[in-house]
Formats: sequence, structure tokens, C-alpha cells
Amino acid sequence: MKPAPFEYHAPTTLDAAVQLLAGLGDEAKVLAGGQSLVPMLNLRLTRFEALVDIGRVEELRRIERTNGTVNLGATVAQCVVERDATVAAGVPLLAKATPLIGHFQIRSRGTVGGSIAHADPAAEYPAVALALDAELEVAGPAGRRTIPAADFFLGTWMTTIGADEILVATRFPVWGAGSGFAVEEVARRHGDFAIAGAAVAVTVTDGQVARAAIGLFGMGHTPLRASAAESALTGAAASGVDAAEIGRLAVEGLEPPDDLHASSGLRLRVGAATVSRALQRAIEEADRA
Amino acid sequence: MPELPVSVIVNGVSRTAVVEPRKTLADFLRDDCRLTGTHLGCEHGVCGACTVILDGRAVRSCLVFAVQAEGSEITTVEGLATDGELSAVQAAFESEHGLQCGFCTPGFVVSVTALLEQHPDPTDDEIREGLSGNLCRCTGYQGILRAVRVAAEATKARTA
Repeated sequence: MKPAPFEYHAPTTLDAAVQLLAGLGDEAKVLAGGQSLVPMLNLRLTRFEALVDIGRVEELRRIERTNGTVNLGATVAQCVVERDATVAAGVPLLAKATPLIGHFQIRSRGTVGGSIAHADPAAEYPAVALALDAELEVAGPAGRRTIPAADFFLGTWMTTIGADEILVATRFPVWGAGSGFAVEEVARRHGDFAIAGAAVAVTVTDGQVARAAIGLFGMGHTPLRASAAESALTGAAASGVDAAEIGRLAVEGLEPPDDLHASSGLRLRVGAATVSRALQRAIEEADRA
Repeated sequence: MPELPVSVIVNGVSRTAVVEPRKTLADFLRDDCRLTGTHLGCEHGVCGACTVILDGRAVRSCLVFAVQAEGSEITTVEGLATDGELSAVQAAFESEHGLQCGFCTPGFVVSVTALLEQHPDPTDDEIREGLSGNLCRCTGYQGILRAVRVAAEATKARTA
């Protein structure tokens, strides 16, 4: 229950962190809040020759609202997101997902970028990033590049970030007036990873669903978009939406994992139910907005 | 692997040691600071027995490496009582039978101390959610729940 030995580096600038990582190669791992990596190290599910701790890089801790997006630095802590007015106003879906992550002691350390880069398919933030078409900004020896969330998640704990790259920030688009947001999940115990869940955003204009986004978690090897359900919603009268039918459509054709926490069949039912519940709450909120 | 110096303030006292980077903050507190009130149950962030307050936030000290805490201020369960007098949370755990074997108690007491700072007047739902990150395997949670209610009242009375 103790990690294998490693070298520890704590750079104070992003450039230094990128250089360190480039020099150390894939023997090194980026450490952010450590709430996923450290348990894996302690259990020796994984080991690295070196850790590059980005927790002391000031510029990665910023929250900025620029035209149309809220940019969250990689190491913004989840407990900060939970109480941040800019996030609450600009990306309510992210704010609503946050209390569902672990326990408050985990959110004290856990970060936005860490959760997204860790890419657990049952985690909330990756599904929110995918649902909202967030953009992931990464930095490496060749400079910076931006990866759309749709091209980011490859599989369980796998992303398209290179071994020599660092997730710098996530840019979440701000949705306009008349929007509503909700996250629903089912977990065995509060704070556990969800069996399945859904993050839903809708915009209602003149009584019609003008825009809909549904992100699923726990339903595959990556977070998933329920595109068919989104299409069925778009243009529909908000008051006449059959939420149960949209839930069914959202999970149609999926083959969620079958493990000791839940069977594949249970995940399909839970996934459909959470989409349905989240959709109803999102539409109610959009109606009030 | 090169060892690194760590300097932190624990319960108001400056502490310095040279440690392996892989040493967790929990082991640093227990082995180097000889503060064995911080308990280790699971060592992977599930049980909450090792909870301490790091720069104002309750954290799992088994999921923080001591080197990450360099320059920080830490409060452990040993730092909660003042001049030998139990804190409101500690006193409430005693009066409401919030502990039996006591193994999980330091983590609960520290977590509840942090919880009440954020929610001085918590609802029962907030208390339950606030306690969900700590496991107790013998007392049962009802006494602990009562202790939080009593501690919240006592804290309000003290600050009123």
C-alpha cells in the first residue's frame, strides 16, 4: 500500500514542466491533484520513474471568462469550481456535476484537468466536457494545440494527449439565454463512481427545443454523446417531449460494461432513466430561465 | 531516488524533515512528526481515517505526498483541542457516543470540523453527505450524526 519509489519534480512554470516532461519521456507522469493517480500508485496498479507535479504552476490555476467561453486552468480544484461564480453563471452543467464527484475531501484536491485527462469513463467531468463540445488545450515540446472533446477520449484512462504533453486548460462554451442544465447519476453509495449517469443541456426558444446536448458516463469505454436522442429533441415542442422515449433512444445500440458493480443490462436501464430525469429537470430549468 | 527536504507548519509548529518523495503526508505526520493521531485505514482514499486540514481544506493525507505539502499549514486531530479543552466537535463525539473503538474517529472529527466551517448550520442531508467520505465499522453512524448536530449547536452558541 505504499507507492514504488519515484523522482519528484515540482516546476513553477508551464515551460519548465513541458521541458521536464520532454526530458523524462514516458517514464514520467504528470501529477495534478492526485486523487486518481495517487490511489493507483499506492495500490501499485501503476508506477512511474518520475512525477512532474504541476500543482505549483500558478498560470494553470486561473478561471477566465472570455467571449463565449469559460476557460478553466488544468489545476483549478473541484472545490473551487463548486463555489465559483464565473462557473455557476457560465457553465452551470459543470457546477452541477461537481458535488457528485467523490466526497468533499476529494474535491479539496481533485482538479478539473486531472479528472478530464485521467479519462475515467464513469467520471462526470469528461461527460460534461464532451456534451458541451469543450476544447482541450495541451502544451508540448512542439508548442500548443487544441483538441475538441469529441477527439479527446480514446478509451478507459486513455486520451489523445501525447506522453510529452500537458493539459493546460479546458474551454467550455457558454450557452445562451433560455438554457437549462442537469446531471443525474446512480451510484451504489454517495461518492462512488456512478453505475451510469447523464449530463444534459437544452436551450428552449419560443417553446421549442432549439439545442440539446446529452453526455453519458459509465456507459462505455469513454464518455459518450447521445446524438440520435439529441437530434430527436431538436425542434420538438418542449412541453411535449417524451423524456422516457428520449432516454430509451439515448442508450439504443450501446453495449455498456458488465462488471461486479452492475450488469450491462442494468446500466442500459439506469442510463435511460438518468437521461430521462436529467432531461426533464433541464427543460424545467430552461422554462424558468 | 533523491530524498527531498520538506518544511511545513503542523498545528502551529514548524516541522522539517528530509523524505523520500513517495512518502505520503500521512506517513510524514505519523513517522517524522510522531503525530500518530492521524490514522491510516485503507491508504487509497476510501476510508477517510487519515483526513487532515491542509491550507484550510480537509484532505486525505494518504493521497498527498509530503513533498507536495511543502510550505503548507496542516492541522491534525492533535491540533483541535485548545489548552487541553476538547473542541466543540470532539466534545460532541464524546457526549453523543460518536465513537466506540476510535480508529476512524480522528478522520471523522477533522472532517466534521471542516464541514462545520463550510456549513455552520447544516441540514441532516448536508450532514449525511458531509459524513459520506468517512467510514466507521463499529459505532454506527447515528451517534456520529447526533454528534454533528450537537457540535453545530455548540459552535453557534460559542460564537453567538
